Amino acid sequence: MGGKVRGRIVPAALIGAAVALPFLATTYYLQFASKILLMGLLAMALNLVVGFGGLVSLCHAAFFGLAGYMLAIAAPQYEAGSIWLTLPAAVGAAALAALAIGALSLRTRGIYFIMVTLAFGEMLFFLFHDTKLAGGSDGTFIYYKPEVAIGTLRLLDLEKASAFYWVVLGFTLAGIALLAMIVRSPFGHALAAARVNERRARSLGFPIYCIRLAAFAMSGALAGVSGYFAAAQFGYVAPQMLGWHMSATALAMVVLGGMRTVTGPLLGAAILMGLEEVLRATTEHWKLVEGLIIIGLVLAFPEGVRQLFPIIFKPHAFRIPRRAREPAVPAREAGHA
Amino acid sequence: MDLVSFAVQLLNGVQYGLVLFLVASGLTLVFGILGVINLAHGAFYMLGAYLAYWITAYTGSFWLALIGGVAIAFVVGLLLEEIFVKRLYGRDHLAQVLLSFGLILVLDELRHILFGKDVHSVAAPEFLRGSIQLTDVLSYPVFRLAICAFCLAVAVAIFFVIEKTRIGMIVRAGAENRDMTRALGIPFDVVNRYVFAVGIALAALGGIVVSPISTVFPGMDNQMLILSFVVVVLGGIGSVAGAAIGALLIGISDSFGKVFFPNFSSFTVYVLMAAVLLWRPNGILGRREV
Repeated sequence: MGGKVRGRIVPAALIGAAVALPFLATTYYLQFASKILLMGLLAMALNLVVGFGGLVSLCHAAFFGLAGYMLAIAAPQYEAGSIWLTLPAAVGAAALAALAIGALSLRTRGIYFIMVTLAFGEMLFFLFHDTKLAGGSDGTFIYYKPEVAIGTLRLLDLEKASAFYWVVLGFTLAGIALLAMIVRSPFGHALAAARVNERRARSLGFPIYCIRLAAFAMSGALAGVSGYFAAAQFGYVAPQMLGWHMSATALAMVVLGGMRTVTGPLLGAAILMGLEEVLRATTEHWKLVEGLIIIGLVLAFPEGVRQLFPIIFKPHAFRIPRRAREPAVPAREAGHA
Repeated sequence: MDLVSFAVQLLNGVQYGLVLFLVASGLTLVFGILGVINLAHGAFYMLGAYLAYWITAYTGSFWLALIGGVAIAFVVGLLLEEIFVKRLYGRDHLAQVLLSFGLILVLDELRHILFGKDVHSVAAPEFLRGSIQLTDVLSYPVFRLAICAFCLAVAVAIFFVIEKTRIGMIVRAGAENRDMTRALGIPFDVVNRYVFAVGIALAALGGIVVSPISTVFPGMDNQMLILSFVVVVLGGIGSVAGAAIGALLIGISDSFGKVFFPNFSSFTVYVLMAAVLLWRPNGILGRREV
């Protein structure tokens, strides 16, 4: 019973605190919080395929960056673009790219899948890096945040850090709700079944390829939502946004926060970015320390940092029901060559 | 395009492909035998190039750099296997991806601390510096030909070891069925360690031999990493022969792509990969069922 109450109170309290944050924090920390939410949204989107689908994708930064670039391209240069036009364009582009890349990559398994997604992600990176599209390797600036207006009536001023933060928070919460719904739906169960035992799921008649492709496209679209707002917040886009180092960082967040929960990656994003912030302030060679920490975490906590505090943090609300303990999938069955 | 410039492009493509083969064969061996995906492979290519710069700068001898660089990379490989990689056997791919990503961050920052972030060039050995005059306007550098010859020799050596020796037999058996090989009493821990170190040394060797023709710069690892991944995907995991085919295909298509579609040269490689994925998802020489 205690668990049930805690399972409701903890998320409610966290959401309450998140909504109230603009009244408490300075602009700098508010922007930092938006950044955490956006990276968290990217990591949660990625986790739909990695944690629930068992497909390690290394190209989600490409969808993230592509959506950011779509904002830069679709919006007029010296005035604010309308969010009603630019957001669907950005998310649509990300979803289409995910559909195309997924359709090819999902023909492969295991290590192949990782390599193929990596290569296709880098293809999009080079598309923006090598061609003159939107500033080439230098990237381009986005001078104005998107405008939220109906007709001439302006609903929200996104130039204000607090309004921007609330919009990002709204999208993040909506993303969490959507992902929780997907994971608990029959579709989500079929996706998880394909991860646990592909052959059995296939022989039960599930169209594994289509299920995975749909999950991949949805996850790419959600990564696009995150990339759209990230580009708006940073005020510029550069090819590095699409690079695979970004994808790997998001993967680190997923593993850090725990793969089998919807909100875990958000926690991972908060931890990793908080860590980066502290390291950056203390040492010039913060990447060295970050790398060592990632290595250490992989070796010490294969299930994510949530292993550390199972008592405080028990997210009953957003957990896949586990009827039986999942057996560790042997490498061969998971699709190893 | 006349015959001479066609031949020059072909030669460039073959030379590039042969270097790619050195790097990618190390990658495919580590995949095939250890079952470990090593994203830091490109970082060792960069390490090789920086070692070549460093050793030639101090000793003035490229040959010393060639031997010393490979030896250092081999020892680094042995150490890394002992400290990190051996904990990854049997773990899921995600852990391997993250650990090697962490390794990249560490290696790249170490490179920054040790060698700075400047672009360097490496002097080729004296007698390989000239170029051969092909026509009045076209000439071909001797060093590129030397790279071709050297890489071919290494490739032949690799094939000889894998196909004709007892060590090669163990390696092939391990790629085929790891558990069975272990059950037959092969000391697999030792094999793993040396295969990993050889893979790293091959990547570094690739970096060393190209260092005189391409400059040594931060970020040189990324392009090579992606291309050697594509090579492995094309050829099939664990297949050294497949890596050879894949590497030559990539090298030649990249070289001609630069001539025919200068604006989209980086895409020819990916179009090739997409085509192979549609045709044979497990690679040209990959086994049917993965």
